Amino acid sequence: MATLDVSAVSKSFGTNKILHGVDLTVADGEMIVIVGASGCGKSTLLRIVAGLETATTGTIRIAGRDVTGLEPADRDIAMVFQNYALYPHMTVAQNMAYGLKIRGLPKPEIATRVAEAATLLGIQALLDRRPRQLSGGQRQRVAMGRAIVREPKLFLFDEPLSNLDAKLRVQMRAEIRRLQRRLGVTSLFVTHDQTEAMTLGDRLVVMHAGHAAQVATPMEVWARPADTYVAGFIGSPAMNFLEGSLTEGGRAVALKAGPLLRFADGPRPGAEGLPLIIGIRPEHVEATEAGLALPLDLVEPLGSETVLHGRLPDGEALTVKLAGPAPVGGAIQVSLPAAALHVFDAASGKRLDPVA
Amino acid sequence: MKKTLFKGTALPWLLLAPQLAVTCIFFLWPAGAAIWQSVLQEDPWGTRSEFVGLRNFAEVLVEPEWRGAALNTLVFSTSVAVLAMGSALFLAVQADKAIRGGNAYKTLLIWPYAVAPAVAAVLWLFLFHPSIGLIGQALNQAGIAWDYKLNGGQAMTLVIIAAAWKQVSYNFIFFLAGLQSIPKSVLEAAAIDGARPVRRFWTIIFPLLSPTSFFLLVVNLVYAFFDTFGVIHALTGGGPGKATETLIYKVYVEGVQNVNLGSSAAQSVILMVIVIALTAVQFRFIERKVHY
Repeated sequence: MATLDVSAVSKSFGTNKILHGVDLTVADGEMIVIVGASGCGKSTLLRIVAGLETATTGTIRIAGRDVTGLEPADRDIAMVFQNYALYPHMTVAQNMAYGLKIRGLPKPEIATRVAEAATLLGIQALLDRRPRQLSGGQRQRVAMGRAIVREPKLFLFDEPLSNLDAKLRVQMRAEIRRLQRRLGVTSLFVTHDQTEAMTLGDRLVVMHAGHAAQVATPMEVWARPADTYVAGFIGSPAMNFLEGSLTEGGRAVALKAGPLLRFADGPRPGAEGLPLIIGIRPEHVEATEAGLALPLDLVEPLGSETVLHGRLPDGEALTVKLAGPAPVGGAIQVSLPAAALHVFDAASGKRLDPVA
Repeated sequence: MKKTLFKGTALPWLLLAPQLAVTCIFFLWPAGAAIWQSVLQEDPWGTRSEFVGLRNFAEVLVEPEWRGAALNTLVFSTSVAVLAMGSALFLAVQADKAIRGGNAYKTLLIWPYAVAPAVAAVLWLFLFHPSIGLIGQALNQAGIAWDYKLNGGQAMTLVIIAAAWKQVSYNFIFFLAGLQSIPKSVLEAAAIDGARPVRRFWTIIFPLLSPTSFFLLVVNLVYAFFDTFGVIHALTGGGPGKATETLIYKVYVEGVQNVNLGSSAAQSVILMVIVIALTAVQFRFIERKVHY
């Protein structure tokens, strides 16, 4: 059980910069999910924490100890890999005991710990099998078991659920969460799946092009995304973005699509006419009797709700999620509630909060 | 793999014909001739031959010279296999690390395989000849009495090194392929589990290479048994005395120099049985062996 401090970590492969100075502080027992599209540097960050890659600059501290220059073996961590990475020539029990044997633990203690971990994961019956005799879900459990028996300071998960089928993934996700809570081990979990990120993490790190775009709780990331990238990445269907400009001394936005919307939560800083991006989630758009006309070009009925895709008069795309069945006809009228608007600076993409 | 069904039988036989011809002309026919020859005894002038049953075999097996050659073969082939596989594994592990110029290094390591046995022997001769060889001269100047033409142990050492050197390339390719098929994440998992490089090698890499190693062991033994005639012939000619005379070399000495065709044939049949046995063991093992 330990804290983790990542400070100003950057990584370059030749002239190609993968990470641009990432900072992250993880509290004892916290589960942090690093989420982002492929190539954003999330796996590289995890591998630097593990010691499998060396950071170009920056330091890593585990439980206050500087481990930046240490080998993975000396960091007291455990990692679960996407392809499980079990030792194919060893039985399940031997796989789990390997790290303990290297640490020179007495045999009876190894046996006890392996048995305990196996019970915890429900794999007692598999202890004498070899990895190739196991299903994907079972292999994943063994990989977890191998991490647990070591009682490390830090758990690292590198997309551990990506190779499982959808049903198993949901089940293992819940299991990992329960296990992590119960053991209270500080954990880093890398994924590209936003649902996994939202459900697993105490906090999320949304990575974008080598930067930590936002570090916050899942609800905070959803409700107050730090920039347009985060806003578009978290939430499904993705948030709508509309162009506009600041007007009325910062109290309203004039949308390119026509209407003028007053901010519900106070004026934004900035000059008159400042270009803005207005974000609104599809589920927050309301269908009304008299509003903006939205001719529809695609209707996706999902049973309990319906996703509608259309184009506003100025040609901007707008997605709407409505409860209930699809409306009849080729167009609807929509309104954009002021309380649900996210305001971003068009130039930097950063969130613009009201002046206090 | 796609399965193709032929309508008639003519085309399949035609397609098989080249392989069948090669097998018949270069294996079945000479092997049959050797077996037939091994139960005959020719008179000294080669005009008449007489059927003697298994007498040639009985005589060969009790002959002290044959037993000496068998012992030489055992020492020679074991040493060649161990030396060639050990060095190849070491080189493959080095080559597997991502290094600058790695491809040039790998290409160079494969070259010795393309050198003809007799030429390889001459290369080693130029290095180890007591009076004109670079290393041979240096050894003598350093006070070590080096002359493989007089010292049987030194002669054996030299043919072992020369024969192993030629086989390193072959083993290297297989070991390198074996190493590259081990998932990187498995080694990373071991590193995180606390295993240092040496320990990772012996507990993870080496066991995972065992199918490759076993295959190579059989190939190397067969090589040392049969394909090293050229090296021995060019370097030592089986000498000094009979210090480097292996079974295959003795077949040649018996048949070509002593013109004792019956005995020579019997000895080559014994060698044939050995290689068939080795191959059978290998096939059984491969069928049963766990593939990771």
